[in-house]
Amino acid sequence: MKFRYLPMTEQDEKEMLAEIGIDSIDELFGDIPENVRFKGDLNITEAIPENDLFKKMSQLAAKNVNTKDYTSFLGAGVYDHYIPSIVNHVISRSEFYTAYTPYQPEISQGELQAIFEFQTMICELTGMEVANSSMYDGQTALAEAAFLSAAHTRKKKVVVSKSVHPEALSVLHTYAKGPNLEVVEVEAANGTTDLEALKAAVDSDTACVIVQYPNFFGQIEPLKDIEEIVHQEKAMFVVSSNPLSLGALKPPGKFGADIVIGDAQPFGIPAAFGGPHCGYFATTKKLMRKVPGRLIGQTTDEEGQRGFVLTLQAREQHIRRDKATSNICSNQALNALAASVAMTALGKKGIKEIAVQNLQKAHYAKKKLEENGVEIHFNGAFFNELVIKVSKPVREVNKALLEKGFVGGYDLRQYYPDLDQHMLIAITEQRTKEEIDTFVKELGGVQ
Amino acid sequence: MSHKKDQALIFELSKPGRVGYSLSALDVPETPIEELIDSEYIRDEEPELPEVSELQIMRHYTALSKRNHGVDSGFYPLGSCTMKYNPKINEDVARIPGFAHTHPYQDENTVQGAMEMLYDLQTSLEEITGMDEVTLQPAAGAHGEWTGLMMIRAYHEKNGDQHRTKVIVPDSAHGTNPASATVAGFDSVTVKSDENGLVDLEDLKRVVGDDTAALMLTNPNTLGLFEEHILDMARIIHEAGGKLYYDGANMNAIMGRTRPGDMGFDVVHLNLHKTFTGPHGGGGPGSGPVGVKKDLIPFLPKPILAKTEDGYVFDYDRPDSIGRVKPFYGNFGINVRAYTYIQTMGREGLKKVSDYAVLNANYMMRKLAPHFVLPYEQHCKHEFVISGKRQKKLGVRTLDMAKRLLDFGYHPPTIYFPLNVEECMMIEPTETESKETLDEFIDAMIQIAKEAEESPEVVQQAPHNTVIKRMDETTAARKPILRYEKQ
Repeated sequence: MKFRYLPMTEQDEKEMLAEIGIDSIDELFGDIPENVRFKGDLNITEAIPENDLFKKMSQLAAKNVNTKDYTSFLGAGVYDHYIPSIVNHVISRSEFYTAYTPYQPEISQGELQAIFEFQTMICELTGMEVANSSMYDGQTALAEAAFLSAAHTRKKKVVVSKSVHPEALSVLHTYAKGPNLEVVEVEAANGTTDLEALKAAVDSDTACVIVQYPNFFGQIEPLKDIEEIVHQEKAMFVVSSNPLSLGALKPPGKFGADIVIGDAQPFGIPAAFGGPHCGYFATTKKLMRKVPGRLIGQTTDEEGQRGFVLTLQAREQHIRRDKATSNICSNQALNALAASVAMTALGKKGIKEIAVQNLQKAHYAKKKLEENGVEIHFNGAFFNELVIKVSKPVREVNKALLEKGFVGGYDLRQYYPDLDQHMLIAITEQRTKEEIDTFVKELGGVQ
Repeated sequence: MSHKKDQALIFELSKPGRVGYSLSALDVPETPIEELIDSEYIRDEEPELPEVSELQIMRHYTALSKRNHGVDSGFYPLGSCTMKYNPKINEDVARIPGFAHTHPYQDENTVQGAMEMLYDLQTSLEEITGMDEVTLQPAAGAHGEWTGLMMIRAYHEKNGDQHRTKVIVPDSAHGTNPASATVAGFDSVTVKSDENGLVDLEDLKRVVGDDTAALMLTNPNTLGLFEEHILDMARIIHEAGGKLYYDGANMNAIMGRTRPGDMGFDVVHLNLHKTFTGPHGGGGPGSGPVGVKKDLIPFLPKPILAKTEDGYVFDYDRPDSIGRVKPFYGNFGINVRAYTYIQTMGREGLKKVSDYAVLNANYMMRKLAPHFVLPYEQHCKHEFVISGKRQKKLGVRTLDMAKRLLDFGYHPPTIYFPLNVEECMMIEPTETESKETLDEFIDAMIQIAKEAEESPEVVQQAPHNTVIKRMDETTAARKPILRYEKQ
C-alpha cells in the first residue's frame, strides 16, 4: 500500500540499504531485544482514504452541538466572541504553523517579531511592563504565578480567592503539591472576595494573593482594597484577568498587581471543546528574570539591523535543568499569533468598543431578566456574566433551552453546592437584542 | 525569503482613525458606563494597540511569514523535534464547526462526537505504546512529564514510600527531564553514558537505591541509539522499587517495532505535535498524553473519560487522582489532528513511518560519516549525532556550520545537544523527506566540510543570504527590550 506522506520508492529503499551495507530495514532494528520486539499488527484502524476520512470526521463532528448552529449563553472562562476572518488566514500560513520554536533567529524573524508584538499588546492591555510569549492556558499560568511568587518571596503560603475559576483552583492544588506549597482558599461574600476573611488569611508567611478580575461569577473584584491588604504583608499581588474586559476596565497593573495572568482565548481563538487556548503571563521589570516560559527580545545583528531573538534563556529548563523553577518549553505560539492578529484587527478603538458592547448587552440582559421575574444572584458591578437562579436543576433547564436553539448557562452546582439551581450566563457582543429577548422569554417558559 | 531588511513593527504602521474590524452597532439601549461601574474601575487610558486597515494587517503578517522557515518552506532536520510534514486534512478537520465551536461545558449529551473521538484516540495510543490507560489532558511534552512524575510520586506516597525522592536522569537527557523532576518535587540524580552512548549499567546500579522514585529514559535516546539493555535497566529499577518513565519524544523511531509498555515502562508520555503531526505551530500548542500501567491508573488526572452503556462520560469520582492538571480536557484541537493522522496512516502506515524514518537517518549518517566525526558506530534509529570536532580544529565551530546551512535554505540540525558529545549536531530527517532532499542536504554538508578546510571564513561569517545576520544576543540579555515603546 502507498501512502501520500511517504515518498520512499522501492528503488530508493534498495539504494539506501546498499549504501548502509545491509539487506533489509529489519537489520536496523536488530538491537531491539528479541523478546520486546512487537510482532504482528497493531490493533488499530486500517488506513482510511482522504475523502472517506473527511466524511467520517464530519459525521463525528455532526454528533456535537456547535455554537455556530446554536445561540450560546455559555461562558465560564471560554467565550463566543467575534473572530475576524483575517485571523484564520494568517495562522493558516504554513511558514508559521509548520515551524518550531524560533531557535535560529536568522530564519525565524517572522515568528519572533509577531510574538514580540504579542508581548507588547498584552503589556498594553494589562498595564504591565513585561509579558512572556504565552503559557498553556490561563489556569496553568495561574499556578505558575504562584510558583514564581513562592520562589521570589521564599514563602510557601498561597492565598487564593474562591471566586477565581474553579478549575484554576483545582489545577493550583495539583501544582502546589510539587514544591509543597500551602494553598489557603478565601471565601467569597456576595460574589466577590470576602475582604475580612482575606485580611485574616494574609500574614507575613504569605507568598501571594490570587484573585480574578472580573471574577468567575462575572463580578468586578475591588482590586484597590485587595491590593492594600496584600502589600501590607509584602505578599505578591496576582490577578487573573480576561484581557478583553480590559478594553473597558482599568487594568490590574494600575492597581499595583505584581503578576497578571489569564487566557487570550477571547481574542480570535475558538472554544474547541476547551483547547488549545492561550495563557498569558505579565509582570514587572523587577521579576523579568524569573518569568517562566519564553521571552522574545529586540536586538541588532552584526550590521546594526534591528531583529528579534529568544532571550534571557538562562531562566529556562534547557539551560538550568534541575535548577529551573518551571519546566515549560512548548507553549501556545500559534494561538498567541491568532490573538495578536485579533488584537491588531480590533486595535485601539475596537478593543474598547467590543468590551463596552459586552458590558452594555450583559446589563441589558440583566434588566430583561429582572423584568421577567428572574432572580439575579449577586448585585455587585459585573462585566459580561451573571449568576441567575432557576427553579429546576440547571441540566433540565438547559435541555429545554437546547430544544429552542440555545446553549444555556454553566451549572454552578458542581463546584458550589450552595449554588444548586444557579447558572452562570455570559452575554457577549455576539448576542443580538433579539437573541437576548428570546432567551429571556424561553427561560421564563421552562421555569 | 524576502530580501527586504527591516519589517516595520505593526505599531509603527499605525495611524489614528484606521480600523481593521467591523462590529454591529450596539442594538440595546445604552446606559452611561459610569452608572454600571464605579469610576475607579473604568479604564481611562486607551491601550496602545495598532490602528491599521485589514490589508495592512494581511501584508504585515504575510511579510513576516516570508521571514520564517517552516517544514513547508524546506528541509528541517532538527533533532529530537520530529519536523515531519503536517497534513492539510488535519487542519481542515480541526476547523469543522462541530469540533472547533463546541464549548467544554456543554452537556455531555451534546458532545458525544467529541468524546467518542477522544476515547478512540486514547485507545489507539494505548495500543501503540502498550500501556493500559492514557490521559489526553497534558498540554505538551513537558506538561506530560510533570503529570507522569506527579503520578509516580502519588503512587509511592500511597504505599508509604515518602522517602523515594530521587529521579534518575541520563547525562544525555533533555534539560526538561530534570526540570520536570524538580517541579514535581523530586531531586535529580545523573546516570552516566558508556562509551557506546548507552546508559552505563554499572553506574545505574551505583545510583539506584531505596530512595529511587523513577528513572526517566528516552528510548531511542537523544543520541538516536536504542538502549539495548532496557530489560536489565527495567529489572534494576523495579527491583529497587522505582518506576520506569518513558519520554516519548523519540516515539517516531519505533512504532509497530516495539512498545514502551512491553519494554517495562510504567509511565509514557507522547508528543502528539511530533510523532503524530499536530503542527509545531512555531512553538505550540502541543499535546502530551500520558499512558500508564494498571497499578498507576488510580492516580491519573481528573476527569477520566469513560465509555458506558449510556454513552461517554467524564468521571470525576477518583479519590486517588493527582487532581486536575489542565482546565477542561486537554488540547482537544491538537488531539483531533493526531486522531486524523492515525487514521490516515493506519496500522500498516505507522509502521512504515518508523521504518522509513530510521532508514533515512541511517542513510544520511553513513553518507556523512567520512566527512565528520561519527562518535557512535552502530546503527542509529530515527536520528543520529555527528561531531564537528575535526572542523573545530580548523577554527570552524558547529555553530558556524549551522549558520552556513541557512545559506542553503535549510533549517540546521539541533546543535550542542546532547551535552555529552563535543560540538554536537543532532540530525533527524523524518520519513516524509524524499531521497532527493536527503542527497541535496548531504551535498551541502559535504561542501561545508570542504569549505571548513579550504575557505573557513565563508563558514565563520555565515549566514550570507538571510534577511538578518547573526544577532547580538549578549546585549539582548543584558539590556532586555521585551516590548515596543512608542517614541
